[in-house]
Amino acid sequence: MPPRRAVATLARRRRLTAAAFLAPMLAVLAVVAVWPVLHTIWFAFTNAELGGGPADFIGARNFISLLADPQWWRSVANTLIFAALSVSVEAALGMVIALALNRRFRGCGLVRAAVIVPWAVPTVVSAKLWAWMLNDVFGIVNAVLVGAGLLAKPVAWVASPRTALVSVVLVDAWKTTPFVALLLLAGLQMIPADLYEAARMDGAGPGRIFLAVTLPLLRPALLVALIFRTLDALRVFDVIYVMAGDNPASMSMSVFARQQLVEFQDVGYGSAAATLLFVLVAIVTVIYVRAGGLWQEA
Amino acid sequence: MNRRALRRWAAAAGFRVLIAAILFYALFPFYWAVVSSLRAGSALFGTSLLPLHPVWGNYAAVFRAEPFARNILNSVLVATLVVLISLTLSLGAAYALGRLRFVGRRMLLMSILGVSMFPQIAVLSGMFALIRRLGLYNTPWALVLSYLIFTLPFTVWVLTAFMRDLPRELEEAAIMDGARPLTIIRRIFLPLLAPAMATTGLLAFIASWNEFLFALTFTLTNSERTVPVAIALISGASAYELPWGRIMAASVIVTLPLIALVLAFQNRIVAGLTAGAIKG
Repeated sequence: MPPRRAVATLARRRRLTAAAFLAPMLAVLAVVAVWPVLHTIWFAFTNAELGGGPADFIGARNFISLLADPQWWRSVANTLIFAALSVSVEAALGMVIALALNRRFRGCGLVRAAVIVPWAVPTVVSAKLWAWMLNDVFGIVNAVLVGAGLLAKPVAWVASPRTALVSVVLVDAWKTTPFVALLLLAGLQMIPADLYEAARMDGAGPGRIFLAVTLPLLRPALLVALIFRTLDALRVFDVIYVMAGDNPASMSMSVFARQQLVEFQDVGYGSAAATLLFVLVAIVTVIYVRAGGLWQEA
Repeated sequence: MNRRALRRWAAAAGFRVLIAAILFYALFPFYWAVVSSLRAGSALFGTSLLPLHPVWGNYAAVFRAEPFARNILNSVLVATLVVLISLTLSLGAAYALGRLRFVGRRMLLMSILGVSMFPQIAVLSGMFALIRRLGLYNTPWALVLSYLIFTLPFTVWVLTAFMRDLPRELEEAAIMDGARPLTIIRRIFLPLLAPAMATTGLLAFIASWNEFLFALTFTLTNSERTVPVAIALISGASAYELPWGRIMAASVIVTLPLIALVLAFQNRIVAGLTAGAIKG
């Protein structure tokens, strides 16, 4: 066989092998991801209802109604505020914890293990145990704050419109800070020790070292943590639904869409709301990927 | 004591306080759930920090008042099947994506990563239609099918990253000997990737074990529910009298095994998470 044809055959065989190994996985993804998304988008242009029955194409009417729905705008604002607040709190707390754990001290292995615990707690459980601690009548948070004289009377943290959103942010931060802290710690441990040494030799103080050495070198790890957390926060459902139900003061875009879909059985309208969240997440992803220049070598 | 020694002492003390605060923040909420689960009646509303007179009634009540054993079984079944299917499908896919060169490989990887960004709510109505058409509504099989949307992209992505890092020479000798790809995967890559697969599988297991939105929407009756939905829907005589002791007991039951798993595999898990996040 002449060599060129042999190479071509080899390449073809490799393509066939690749296709054979990829096909099952791609077929499953087509069924569980691509088809449902396309179906949801199609629903968004119809007046489908949960009970079934024939659905009619009604053009962009669902989207037009959404844009005129103050409750939907409220959920958009809640989602953006939730994402901005929770990601900032997690980044700040995660950084403090990572810096503390990056030091060597007696029992640091134990402390590191302890820090992971909230991450191991299922979101529903974390929402329930904080709902119990923040309970307006029997909660320990109110008992301690009232006992210390910081509050005149107990606060209904989750029910009251003024504190509902902040409460769910803090609960989300409790559960996900370990993830951020661990990613940052992994980043910190890759910074060579002699860089700190050199900076100290040059007479830089701790604050200066953090800004000039640690932060720039930690940028990739920080960016990855922020991307993952932002995308998760924009999709938030569990913690808000379990703690506050359909309370408008804390309702996120996901909670709004599910309420329309399941409670009000308005599949068309709910699918339109879900589609808009999908678009929002896609836009944020593209912005992040562009800005970070990440995944270039994937 | 001179000023420098004083400052050093203050810094060390400050660091201790910081560590104590971190420990308290991380551990107290779950500790409080354990304490509350061991209290009954009016003791539940007390604020003493120690469980002085523990009672186990809440734990018995969880299994008596709900089909909680059945819920745990559902969760174990769903999560185990999801992990097995995901790992099997993604091992072959990771071989193709990590070891073979072909046109469109990068595009494919990007698309798979894109799927992992899908909001679950964006597939909810379409998935519901699919599940009803397949006759899976209100069965654990609906969850096995739908959970693949978030476990599969993750396992493919992470295993591809690990597979790509293995040295090239590994399969070259085998190819020379005329071994077929399936043999190469089984004989060479499977043993080498076993630790990575254990970690990835564990993370996928945790994600499936914790999933809430699909489980809430695709199951209807108590006996078909998984643990997170069962806990979220525990209710008392009225909406204003939630049985907090029972809720906390159920929470402790499903969380303790997870904490044990995570602590036992903590180094692996950190490696798996960072591989998923950074190596990509």
